[in-house]
Amino acid sequence: MLEVLRDRLKLWSVREGCGVGACGTCTVLIDGRPVSSCLLLATRVAGREVVTVEGISQDGRLHFIQEAFIEQRALQCGYCTPGFILSVKALLEENPDPTEAEVREYLSGNLCRCAGYADILRAVRAAQEKIRSRTTGDQPKKQ
Amino acid sequence: MSDYAVVGHSVYRKDAVQKATGQVLHVGNIEMPGMLHVAVLRSPYPHARIAGIDKARAQALAGVAAVLTGADVAAMPGVDPCFGPAFRDQPILAIDRVLHIGDPVVAVAALDRRLAEDALQLVDIDYEPLPPILDVLEAVKPEAPVLHPKLRPAGTFADLAHVRAGQSSNVCYHFKLRKGDVEKAFAEADRVFEDTFRSPPAQHVPMEPHVTLAYLDENQRINVWSATQTPSYVRTELSAIFGLPMSRIRVRVPYLGGGYGAKLYAKLEPLVTALALVTRRPVRYALTREEEFVTITKHGVVAKLKTAVKDGTITGRKCEVYWDTGAYAEIGPRIVHKSGYTSAGPYRMPNVWIDGYCVYTNKPPAGAFRGFGVPQVIWAYDSQMDIIARALGADPVEFRLRHALDEGEEFATGTPVQAFGLKPSIKQAAEAIEWSKPRPAKRGTKARGKGIAAGVKAVLTPSISGAIVTLSADGSVNILSSTVEMGQGAETMMAQIVAEELGVAFEQVHIVQPDTDITPYDTITAGSRSTYHMGNAVRMAAAKIKTELFAIVASKLEVNPEDLVARGARIYVRGSPERGMRISEAFLAKFGSLGTTLTGEAICQTMAMPMDPETGQSEKCTEYWFPSATAVELEVDTETGQVSILKFFAVGDAGTAINPKHCEQQLLGSAITHLGLTLFEEMVFDEGRLLNGSLLDYQIASVKDMPEDFRSIVVEVPHESGPFGAKGVGETGALTVSAAIANAVEDATGARIRELPLTPEKILRHLSALKPPRPAGKR
Repeated sequence: MLEVLRDRLKLWSVREGCGVGACGTCTVLIDGRPVSSCLLLATRVAGREVVTVEGISQDGRLHFIQEAFIEQRALQCGYCTPGFILSVKALLEENPDPTEAEVREYLSGNLCRCAGYADILRAVRAAQEKIRSRTTGDQPKKQ
Repeated sequence: MSDYAVVGHSVYRKDAVQKATGQVLHVGNIEMPGMLHVAVLRSPYPHARIAGIDKARAQALAGVAAVLTGADVAAMPGVDPCFGPAFRDQPILAIDRVLHIGDPVVAVAALDRRLAEDALQLVDIDYEPLPPILDVLEAVKPEAPVLHPKLRPAGTFADLAHVRAGQSSNVCYHFKLRKGDVEKAFAEADRVFEDTFRSPPAQHVPMEPHVTLAYLDENQRINVWSATQTPSYVRTELSAIFGLPMSRIRVRVPYLGGGYGAKLYAKLEPLVTALALVTRRPVRYALTREEEFVTITKHGVVAKLKTAVKDGTITGRKCEVYWDTGAYAEIGPRIVHKSGYTSAGPYRMPNVWIDGYCVYTNKPPAGAFRGFGVPQVIWAYDSQMDIIARALGADPVEFRLRHALDEGEEFATGTPVQAFGLKPSIKQAAEAIEWSKPRPAKRGTKARGKGIAAGVKAVLTPSISGAIVTLSADGSVNILSSTVEMGQGAETMMAQIVAEELGVAFEQVHIVQPDTDITPYDTITAGSRSTYHMGNAVRMAAAKIKTELFAIVASKLEVNPEDLVARGARIYVRGSPERGMRISEAFLAKFGSLGTTLTGEAICQTMAMPMDPETGQSEKCTEYWFPSATAVELEVDTETGQVSILKFFAVGDAGTAINPKHCEQQLLGSAITHLGLTLFEEMVFDEGRLLNGSLLDYQIASVKDMPEDFRSIVVEVPHESGPFGAKGVGETGALTVSAAIANAVEDATGARIRELPLTPEKILRHLSALKPPRPAGKR
């Protein structure tokens, strides 16, 4: 799956970090669930929805989770960032108001060697806040 | 907040949007027509003679463009088949013998990676295994076989001018420091403390493994795109290997998916270039994670410390430090030298003796790792500081403060320390962790403790950074610099400094990425040196342009150029903003044409006084120091040995923080990485074979390992010659983590562990050894 996405479809946001499903840099969403594309045969996803980070921003507008990552400076070298953003998207769609422990558990399959985890945790909270203010009609807080 | 418009402000990263959208350029995304892919056959033996290689069947496979051996490389006309930053001891592909499991022996370039891997299956190699040397203390014994009987110094770097040719042992470099009379100090001491500390080889794990693309352009020049932290060095090295003028080699570096020292010096570039020359086609090689594990490692270290104490004060220290540099020296000699002279710590002691040995073994080569060897020596000396303080009944924080060097005092090298925020760092760490508050009593099996450690690293000196700044008539700016952006925020730092100097908006500044055709020489993107060196270079280059602009405006407005300031894309008389011109107007006044440019170029070159080879003494051994402190509070489950970090504070002196948020990120990020290295990371070898060489088996810190309460604290002791007073902070947070955690484990449980990582098994073993209760104060 990873090879099809990169070599055939040129979706460069999907990256190989370990080849054994342990680091999360090749994460894609399949029917909304985060999956390590390095472990998956492409033929297994026939007829299912596959989303990479290229697919979450619309008309050049960033997705609100991407905005949260930028606003909270939750990226350094940026190699792990697309995988993290997709995992956060899946998490917040499953559970828009996760506890800190639930966030940590859900994101433990994505590794960041710059170890910017503090900023990533803040970005998740900022994204949660955006969902909350959206559902209550408030404007997101200016960062 | 500073008085400056851009410097001292936490502006957002230049590269944030492209990284959040995944559209950032990495070498792995670059494709060329007809590009070939590489797979490499690697040695299954830690030490063996190559009796024969049969590659005929592999070569005959359709789609295979080249099957290369070390003998083929050596036969290429004008090619030096060996490379290395300190010694030319590493062959591009193994010649006659292999020196570690994973040593590259045969490389295939083929239409795709799978085909290349298939071809490797068809290569037959006949090995005659030889006895390996797998332990650093075995390797230094006189009877040990010598792995590199002849050594050629590389002569590339000024700071390595002292490494010598010739070899009669596996010690490829011996660092010596002698100050005072350490034996007299031991003889006169009330107490002498002797401890041996070990830290294991470990992995950098940049999420992007090494990747290099090489091709010949229409002029038949060698073009290389590589994920390297050293574009200038790679050009020099390729020029030396292939016997070509430097102008015939172009090295470009886009964004790196992390480096942490792994991507320094030459790695894949010599091999990929050789394959491009042989096939006359573009060739790209991306390491798998498993290959990454055997390509470069963090030095495993055995450090023996012996310390004399009289009247409660340290009077002397002897350090014997053995660095396992693996099969090839790589940058080991620089690490042993730079970390060597700090091995006794930033503490006042009249008598110091240091021996640092860089030692060959049959393991994968070890090189630079965030901290450049200093975390390993601080692990030793600041664990021992705690051991001594506790044995003397002294408070560990007070004991450190009492011994910590003050501004202007001489380091063990005889160099007076300058801009030395060590004491403030220790004090801030102690305050953050509420050191003086009593520990809570043990609850059930959970024992709580606090720990502090301090230490210092010195920047690589001498070194060089060149930069070119071009100001366009519309007030926008290009910076040409060979500093590599690998996540640390160097581009943002450079843009902030130049925007400040020229008085233009941060958004108006663009960084041209490293390209040896156009960006000037830079020693290295590493060692917390870029903010100081490249920051100074871009600032001086911008200042030259500013001088020209001021001259134009001064003559036009008939004012003194010394009264002018640049701010808000205008040049005006200080205090009278109405008396001035826009930058665009100044350009028009000088050139009369649109689209014109002014260019400034500058070089920041730092100098050191060479150390005496016998005593390690130097009036100036480094340009600046970065003091570090870590404070932790943790809980040890005495039934399982499990450590939970509750509070964690990374403290470091950055000089003036150009971008405070980025300084905090660097401190905390490097500290959290070292939290993983302290608690569980270790490359485990059995008979030279790596047992945990994949990310399934080798664990690094994840978000679940984040302490509940953490913070980084930036101490700002400005350096008089840093850009706006800045120093560097890329490694500072890493330096003192391991000792702080071990010190807290002893605080909690009484168990003193002298071997990293601090696994539950080790802690349990030490706890059971403590029963029956240890006699107070006995060592």
